[in-house]
Amino acid sequence: MASVRLDGVEKVYPNGHVAARGLDIDVADGEFMVLVGPSGCGKSTALRMIAGLETPTAGRVLIGDRDVTALPPQERDIAMVFQSYALYPHMTVRENLAFGLRMRGAARPAIAERVEAVARPLGLDAVLDRKPGQLSGGQRQRVALGRAMVRDPKVFLFDEPLSNLDAKLRVETRAELARLHRRLRATIVYVTHDQEEALTLGSRVTVMRDGVVEQVGPPMEVYRRPASVFVAGFVGSPAMNFLQGDLVAVFGGDAQRGPVTLGIRPHDLVLTPADNADLIARVDVVEPRGSELLVHLRLGADGQGQEIRVVAPPEPMPPVDSVVGLHADRQRLHWFDTTTGKRIE
Amino acid sequence: MPGGERRRAASAEAREARLAWCLAAPAIATILLVALFPLGWTVWESMHLHDLRMPWLGRSFIGADNYVEAVRDARFRQALGHTLLFTVATVTIELGLGCTLALAMNRAFRGRALVRAAVLVPWAIPTVVSALLWRFIFEGRAGIANALMVDVGLVREAPVWFIRSGLVWIPVVLADVWKTTPFVALLLLAGLQNIDASLYEAARIDGASAWRQFRHVTLPLLRPAILVALIFRTLDAFRVFDLVYVMTGGGPGTSTEPIALYTFNTLLQNLRFGYGSALSVIVFAVVFGLALGYIRFLGAGLTETRG
Amino acid sequence: MSRARWGTVAIVLLVLGSGFPLYWAIVSSFTPEARLYGTPSLIPRVLVLDHYRALFTQREFWVPIRNSLIVAGSTTGFCVLVGGLCAYALARLRFRGKAPLLGLILAVSVFPQISVVSPLYLLLRRLHLINTYPGLILPYLTFAMPLTVWLLVGFFRQLPAELEEAAMVDGASRLRTIREIVWPLAIPGLAATAILTFVYSWNEFLFALSFTLGPERQTVPVAIALFRGQYQVPWGQILAAAVVATAPVALLVLAFQRRIVQGLTAGAVKG
Ligand SMILES: Nc1ncnc2c1ncn2[C@@H]1O[C@H](COP(=O)(O)OP(=O)(O)OP(=O)(O)O)[C@@H](O)[C@H]1O
Ligand SMILES: [Mg+2]
Repeated sequence: MASVRLDGVEKVYPNGHVAARGLDIDVADGEFMVLVGPSGCGKSTALRMIAGLETPTAGRVLIGDRDVTALPPQERDIAMVFQSYALYPHMTVRENLAFGLRMRGAARPAIAERVEAVARPLGLDAVLDRKPGQLSGGQRQRVALGRAMVRDPKVFLFDEPLSNLDAKLRVETRAELARLHRRLRATIVYVTHDQEEALTLGSRVTVMRDGVVEQVGPPMEVYRRPASVFVAGFVGSPAMNFLQGDLVAVFGGDAQRGPVTLGIRPHDLVLTPADNADLIARVDVVEPRGSELLVHLRLGADGQGQEIRVVAPPEPMPPVDSVVGLHADRQRLHWFDTTTGKRIE
Repeated sequence: MPGGERRRAASAEAREARLAWCLAAPAIATILLVALFPLGWTVWESMHLHDLRMPWLGRSFIGADNYVEAVRDARFRQALGHTLLFTVATVTIELGLGCTLALAMNRAFRGRALVRAAVLVPWAIPTVVSALLWRFIFEGRAGIANALMVDVGLVREAPVWFIRSGLVWIPVVLADVWKTTPFVALLLLAGLQNIDASLYEAARIDGASAWRQFRHVTLPLLRPAILVALIFRTLDAFRVFDLVYVMTGGGPGTSTEPIALYTFNTLLQNLRFGYGSALSVIVFAVVFGLALGYIRFLGAGLTETRG
Repeated sequence: MSRARWGTVAIVLLVLGSGFPLYWAIVSSFTPEARLYGTPSLIPRVLVLDHYRALFTQREFWVPIRNSLIVAGSTTGFCVLVGGLCAYALARLRFRGKAPLLGLILAVSVFPQISVVSPLYLLLRRLHLINTYPGLILPYLTFAMPLTVWLLVGFFRQLPAELEEAAMVDGASRLRTIREIVWPLAIPGLAATAILTFVYSWNEFLFALSFTLGPERQTVPVAIALFRGQYQVPWGQILAAAVVATAPVALLVLAFQRRIVQGLTAGAVKG
């Protein structure tokens, strides 16, 4: 296993599109690093530059202590799981699993032994002689995992490996990946656009936007102390509420220079009786979600103000069109400079 | 150190580029050797007086004289006219008929395999064979076409197709239409099948009549396919040689002689290589001009349908 | 219902229209010479093998068949091999000059054959290659090479690039990837392309007419076109020869029809 470092990496595609500008990402040895961000932000590009499938236009890529920027993928000793799985359709599962070992010139008996050893825990021993076309989606996904695991690569790269699975299988496989990471102590760089997946899996999370790193940190820190409006809005579900400008006065608080944005997570707001409340709002829609309610409100007694979402306990259910008060724990408020979007401490 | 790395980083891409050129080189060299180099030679040759029957005259440079001669050559102008006539006639019929067939076939649920067979066999057989086949069908009084026409009562007296300079075009055009219409239909059918069926449903819900559906949904979306078929057919028709050579030999007289056949005769019968090369260059220029014009047209059509 | 019925009518018309002339040629090729010039009847009464027998005994028709097989076969083999490598590079690898190369290949594929007849004739004459196999194969490359490359570029682009990327990450070099991953997956496309190239080469007429002198090197289309009897046109033999000339390409094309249609229309629709 080894660490991975992107050092001021830049990627401009031949069509002029800038997919990475000055990326600095450090992945420690044995760490599960998740790259997360909205579609098109350059996550796959970053991953593919680590793999050697794209060449950075500037900057360096290091695996361990070695500068691999100029090395082709086959010389980087990495394993990658693609979103489409990219299983070789003309080879059996066994041959798919053996391919990487064969390319590296392992001896035949050693290959056979290793393939068996990997296939068993993944539940693939029964399908070893089938072609990928005859497998279910979940089995294919496991073959792709297995193909990455047969060699002991320095780094595992995953590009949205769960996005082709149904919801149930996705949750199961997510747990399995976490166990896998614990067992192998492998260095993993994992790309997803799903913030929930990022929070549950990562030792650390890198949030990206338009080819730039917005924030790096352990999942709970990114959730609790988002570094920017963008991160705050992207991480957490339902998404954070943002209030602008004049609301500063309502909550009192420290006077800020210039315009500010206040972020409050729906979980951090409490519904109270309307009298004496900091903030009054009218109930617009109530969505029961089983263990909790998602209440959409509009600020002001007339219900004409900005929309705001609150997660409330299932009892009591506030009637639609009733006027309620809102209370927020001041420790849980997030302040951002509206012009820069950065967090204000 | 960073300088060295930069050089190495560049070399990863350079390696791929080098491999690409290695893989492409033999084919590119072949194309340069057998197509581009001869084309240049044709141009060079076209500016010389070069007559293989009179080798003692040598090969003297005469500038544009061959082109001047071509412009004054009545037979050349006629040949150009024949080619245009043939091109316009066949392309119009083939596109019209092909489009109709494709629209009708798009509605059929069965018979795909049969359609493929019916399309592919005429397309795959040698043009020489289809020319002979249609000559046989229209040949003399005993040809099946004449027999059927007399039987049905279309004509009282069977016409002699290959003697009269007006009639002779009918079997020639028919042979070409027979061989290529199915192919045009196939191209357009592929285009039709790319159109999302829900568009028609939406149009129908909006109350569009069948004609309006065709006009506002089918035609705009089919336009790229139509243009591709148009390019292929026009360029092919303009180069027509085999069909006429075998079916009529350009006759009666020179009344069906297309430009490619006149050029061929000038070169390999009269052995006038200088003049023949000038004619070749003219054919090339016309075909290339057509292709370029179409590609611009097609490019515009493509971006329009996308945007 | 009526929509489907129109479709059926169109298919029936299409099949009759394309099929009848073929039927008529086949029937006539088995009809005795004397009856060919009488009143034709749609249903044959007497069928004989005379014309086919004459074709191979008097006309030595196997000579042009052999010539065509050698010329079209060599052209196809060379083009698929050399053109395949080029097409792979154009479809997959990143290098500068790719767009101009594709443009060049497309441009060459619309060259009218007649515009290179004169230099090729002079060239082949100087190399003493008139009336030889290489003297045909070389000119055939002018149309076959761009055709092959163009078809194969379209085909290679359809193969998922991730498979090759996965192989390279798994430790295979680019050439190894081509051998282990691309080649096995490309066989169907290569086969379809080879058939198309073969058909075009088998049917070619202008070059074969220009660059051969006598029956010993004539290809099938030239041999048939130049069939002439001493006093009248030997229609029976011509039609028999036409059937023989068509049968191989027709069977090849029918056997691989689905793939060929895909290849032809995909290349065309995508332009
Ligand atoms: N080969 C390419 N040429 C040009 N632009 C590209 C290329 N590959 C990707 N891009 C562009 O670069 C940007 C980043 O792409 P990338 O695939 O890294 O996004 P992503 O974050 O993985 O998104 P997704 O979640 O949709 O997979 C996108 O805007 C994309 O359009
Ligand atoms: Mg991606």
